[in-house]
Amino acid sequence: MMKTPLATAIAALAFTTTFAIADEPRSGGTINTIIQPEPPGLVLGMVQNDPTRKVAGNIYEGLMRYTTDLEPIPQLAESWDISEDGLTWTFHLREGVVWHDGEPFTAEDVVFSADVFHRELNPSARAVLQHVESIEATDDHTVVFTLAEPFGPFLISFEAGTFTMVPRHLYEGTDFRDNEHNNHPIGTGPFKFKNWDRGTVIELVRNDDYYEEGLPYLDGINWHIIPDGASRAVAYENGTVDVLPNGTVENFDIPRLSAMDNTCVTEEGHEYFSPFAMLWMNNREGPTSDKRFRQAVMYAMDREFARDVLWNELGNVPLSAFGSNARFQHDGLEPYDHNPDRARELLDEMGYDGEEVRLLPLPYGETWTRWAEAVQQNLREVGVNVRTQSTDVGGWNQRLSEWDYDLAFTFLYQYGDPALGITRSYLSDNIERGSPWNNVGGYENERIDELFDEAATAFPDEEREALYHEAQEILHEDVPVGWLMELGFPTIYRCDVKDLITSGVGVNDGFKDAWLDR
Amino acid sequence: MLYARLILMRLLKAVVVLFMIVIFNFFLIQMAPGDPAAILAGEAGATDQEFLRQLRERFGLDQPLYVQLWRYVSGIAMLDFGYSYRQGMPVLDLILARLPATLLLTGTAFVLSLALGILAGSMAAARVKKPSGSLIMALALIFYATPLFWVALMAVVLFSVYLDWLPAYGMYTVGAGLSGFALIMDVARHLILPATTLALFFMAIYTRMTRASMLEASQQDYVKTARAKGLGSRVIQRRHILRNALLPIITLAGLQAGQMVGGAILTETVFAWPGIGRLMYEALMQRDYNLLLGIFFFSAALVIVFNIVTDLVYRLADPRIKEGS
Repeated sequence: MMKTPLATAIAALAFTTTFAIADEPRSGGTINTIIQPEPPGLVLGMVQNDPTRKVAGNIYEGLMRYTTDLEPIPQLAESWDISEDGLTWTFHLREGVVWHDGEPFTAEDVVFSADVFHRELNPSARAVLQHVESIEATDDHTVVFTLAEPFGPFLISFEAGTFTMVPRHLYEGTDFRDNEHNNHPIGTGPFKFKNWDRGTVIELVRNDDYYEEGLPYLDGINWHIIPDGASRAVAYENGTVDVLPNGTVENFDIPRLSAMDNTCVTEEGHEYFSPFAMLWMNNREGPTSDKRFRQAVMYAMDREFARDVLWNELGNVPLSAFGSNARFQHDGLEPYDHNPDRARELLDEMGYDGEEVRLLPLPYGETWTRWAEAVQQNLREVGVNVRTQSTDVGGWNQRLSEWDYDLAFTFLYQYGDPALGITRSYLSDNIERGSPWNNVGGYENERIDELFDEAATAFPDEEREALYHEAQEILHEDVPVGWLMELGFPTIYRCDVKDLITSGVGVNDGFKDAWLDR
Repeated sequence: MLYARLILMRLLKAVVVLFMIVIFNFFLIQMAPGDPAAILAGEAGATDQEFLRQLRERFGLDQPLYVQLWRYVSGIAMLDFGYSYRQGMPVLDLILARLPATLLLTGTAFVLSLALGILAGSMAAARVKKPSGSLIMALALIFYATPLFWVALMAVVLFSVYLDWLPAYGMYTVGAGLSGFALIMDVARHLILPATTLALFFMAIYTRMTRASMLEASQQDYVKTARAKGLGSRVIQRRHILRNALLPIITLAGLQAGQMVGGAILTETVFAWPGIGRLMYEALMQRDYNLLLGIFFFSAALVIVFNIVTDLVYRLADPRIKEGS
């Protein structure tokens, strides 16, 4: 970059003046970070996997954002009214918002995104939209959603990754997946897509027309693509990148990197997702079909050890099916502590004969492999005959989809509300061959089905709470799956990167408020 | 004339071989568990049957296998390598975009290892039973025996982290906006570590092979004759020994050249070099069938081409080799 002496002088002057008020956010500077793995695409409405959300969460926006306590705050919707019966939701949209190509953002875009685009392409949004009867634009800046029945988690469904606003004028009437704009995403967000040099970098630049005055502070974001974990750690160590999002480096590198000068670590920004690691247990056949065996597995596992040693003390050992960030958690349940004796008793009681049990680790890197080894060790201690069957991601998908396993590691997002992220693993109508993301364990319980169905549409919250508490008591006794850990995914960054995470999905939309204190 | 016929015959055979490779690869890939739709859906962490059905229909995976095979083979015949499910781009575009980076890396390593390997091997052969000769061979043995990824990581630790002389990864400085000569120098700086790492292994092999076959050649009668004629030892080394020792080296160079497209997976991964090897590895993990088949096709084609080239070079190096003999 060429700089004239004058420009340098001005920059120097600007530096000295702003230095006096160091706590005020300062504009300027490009941030370097890492995206791992390379995303399959950047159109958020079309792909909702983690790397896509991280990058495109800065390009696209939803109607609302959520605080780290999962309270809604305005984004593209300035305000909203909910009718007394919980059926009519009126959103008042922010005025003066334009897409990155200069076209105005209007209520028609919202209707198109929700009613056409997401209904066709987006499984998570589809699950919410099945409760929505109609979506109408009453004027350019007002949208009315009419629900068929009250739906408790509706308020929490408008996050950008789940309910992205897509530009109607570019997509309407086209084959969405073949649209030429997919290679140059157009959103309303604080950063615009600039360039994607595959295998090397994705570059975003400041949206100068962003509707919030003064935001964003950064001139741009470079997402480096580095396939090797050790090289990613080096990129931080030698100063090339300043932010390591979760999952970028192996867990055993985290203590070393966190100890570096000017380095901060936070677990915030995942509250909405609150990833929950579970051990699928095949409820259909074999020893795992016996409740006592499943309880024995819970007692046999030393979950604190896994958290402290394998996950560097990050994360939280859950009491039961509902994690600590989920609403309506029942905290009066008896915890399944590490108790090998109790496990042996239960195995004796059921008459376990040493039948072999197959354990499928999650092929997501070193930590998961070690975790599987630890669980295998725990189970062998109480006399369970475990054999680990390692495979790659494709194989893992297939084995779970075909129900060809006894015990299997996985983790699922909780999405803030049980009806979105938790009940899907236990509802019997969510048992279907061919996907590793439904009720793979095959747990069936009529009472649970009733309670969960009722709770999803009950109104107001007090009623939902009672239903969910009863359900948790049943699940806690039945142990349809093993509840391993609510994962703590740390973000590692230089301490002079300020306000990096400001929301409950902060790892995905945080660069909006971030600024550099240098 | 003779060469033209030879090349033509070999090319005809090559087409048949390539066709068989395409069919074989197609079935090989089908044997891997899982499919790209399930993996794409899986990465989203949430899915329903509708989503999977849409993807499979789009990728043509809902068709019977023979239909998929026919579509693929007839596409290849028209030089249409299909569409990458995951990257959402035509396979040919993806491969062509990555090919220059890989060829730059593997080509540099090829030249480097061949030149330095032959040089070190000749030196070792001339210094047999001397400490300097033994030192060369000891180094060659170390480089030969050390795993590539370890050398790569250690090189990064030493030259990038501690000494801070060279960039640790990537092909150019991101965000620097360089062009022209500055960009060339920038890429060259980024090239040093990966190319050297990749070259070391082959260099060690060339060194050992050159030395062995030169020692063998130096026992031949014509070398004694040359010596009796009173020729200088340098001339004998170069003209009489080295030239006769070249054949096995050419064979090996042909093999190495054939691996230039897909042979640098590890190096490309550690150094984040945006090449074909990485693309292939990712395509494998994601079951991106079309992309994987496309890369296999290019690799196979390159191996065949270099086999033909190797045969021709044999004839240049040793006029005694003729077709059919």
